[in-house]
Amino acid sequence: MGGLDIFGFGPGGWGFALLQGAAMTLLVSACGLLIGATIGGFVAWARLSGALLAGAAGQAYAALFRGLPELLIVYFVYFGTSTLLTAAAHAAGYEGFVGVPAFAAGALAVGVISGAYQAEVFRAAYRAIVRGELEAAISVGMNRALMFRRIIAPQVMRFALPGLGNLWQVALKDSSLISVTGLTELMRVSQVGAGSTHRPFAFYLGGAALYLVMTLATTRLFDAAEARATRGMRRAAG
Amino acid sequence: MDWGFVSATFDKLIGALPLTLAVWALSVILGALVAAGVTWMRVSGSKPLIALARAYVAVFRGTPLLIQLFIVYYGLASLPAVRASVFWPFLRNAFDCAVLSLALCTAAYQAEIFRGALLAVPPGQVEAARACGMSGLILFRRIIFPIALRHALPAYSTEMISMVKATALVSLITLWDVMSVALKIRNDTLVTYLPLIIAGAIYFAVNYIIGAAFLGLERRLSPHLKPRPS
Repeated sequence: MGGLDIFGFGPGGWGFALLQGAAMTLLVSACGLLIGATIGGFVAWARLSGALLAGAAGQAYAALFRGLPELLIVYFVYFGTSTLLTAAAHAAGYEGFVGVPAFAAGALAVGVISGAYQAEVFRAAYRAIVRGELEAAISVGMNRALMFRRIIAPQVMRFALPGLGNLWQVALKDSSLISVTGLTELMRVSQVGAGSTHRPFAFYLGGAALYLVMTLATTRLFDAAEARATRGMRRAAG
Repeated sequence: MDWGFVSATFDKLIGALPLTLAVWALSVILGALVAAGVTWMRVSGSKPLIALARAYVAVFRGTPLLIQLFIVYYGLASLPAVRASVFWPFLRNAFDCAVLSLALCTAAYQAEIFRGALLAVPPGQVEAARACGMSGLILFRRIIFPIALRHALPAYSTEMISMVKATALVSLITLWDVMSVALKIRNDTLVTYLPLIIAGAIYFAVNYIIGAAFLGLERRLSPHLKPRPS
């Protein structure tokens, strides 16, 4: 067989499997980005808190996970969580190996990596808030929770949006590494297709094209979100 | 903790470090050359060249390095035309494929860094140089390059560190780098954490040294930004 029929949707066609893989890639990357936002938020908070120990811990987290290969983190999270879970099951009296679902381990790995970078994005975004606005909020009697919800969070999200857009692309590309755990996302489907049809060039090129479509399309989405979030802002240039 | 195991593992992983560093150094240098070409196209002013450079950057930054690596190593090797070509002795070699693939990818990122650095050169400096009669190569060598270099360094150092981390992917195309040796030790001994932690420490140390070296270079090249002695 030759030509493009392998990408078709009929019997023997891999079109549907590839699209399913792409959907899985989007899902695991999005979960990873959300986990990363949670981690990043806490790390940024720790670093901005002024507390010595929390600040050092936040800085160590960011330095560590930005200095290790992403693939190593994926393996570590995958093997590490399974070993932990198995040990916990043994303690509870259950024998045998307990594996963490590849999806959960993958999303966590992407999130752990993304969190280290998102912490920096959030920290810079917080620093971009004009001090006077915080003072004004305090002077009209807002408590900390209300000030966070009404003044800080909306502006941090606005300033962080360009950085988050970049990190979304990074998460999308890092998610391809989860293929080593066997999760059937786009990279894994491409590998399986390449193996079973003996046409690796077509499959990897097709997979890469789908990745490119996803990154380009979601970049436009983030650009639109950025334009919307900053529509009320004055600009110095541009 | 079993220190004998730790030191044996450390020795084996350090033994694989030269390959990791070789892939890194060669791909970074080759990537810089390709990036120089792409940057030149990007600022050339010619519409087709600009479009080509933009497409190059979009494609290589918009797809995962892993799939690019597999296209080069597994994909190209499966094509009869490639097997019959003069490139086959080169493309059948996993090491050469790793260097080529990593170089093409980093070239896209480096080209964007170079472009940003060129844009940061103040136009007044170039005008002043032209007014003094400099043009072409001398203008580039004496005015544009030194200023652009300083602007490029911080982002460049980040990219160098990214590339060290990216070399771990070559473990997936049969090369015995630090990552794959750590995985083999893990498989053979069934020790979960230690081999990966020691490998991580080695990668972290390499990245730390590269980061510190670039910081030193930055300080050396920007003596005018130092605080004045009081």
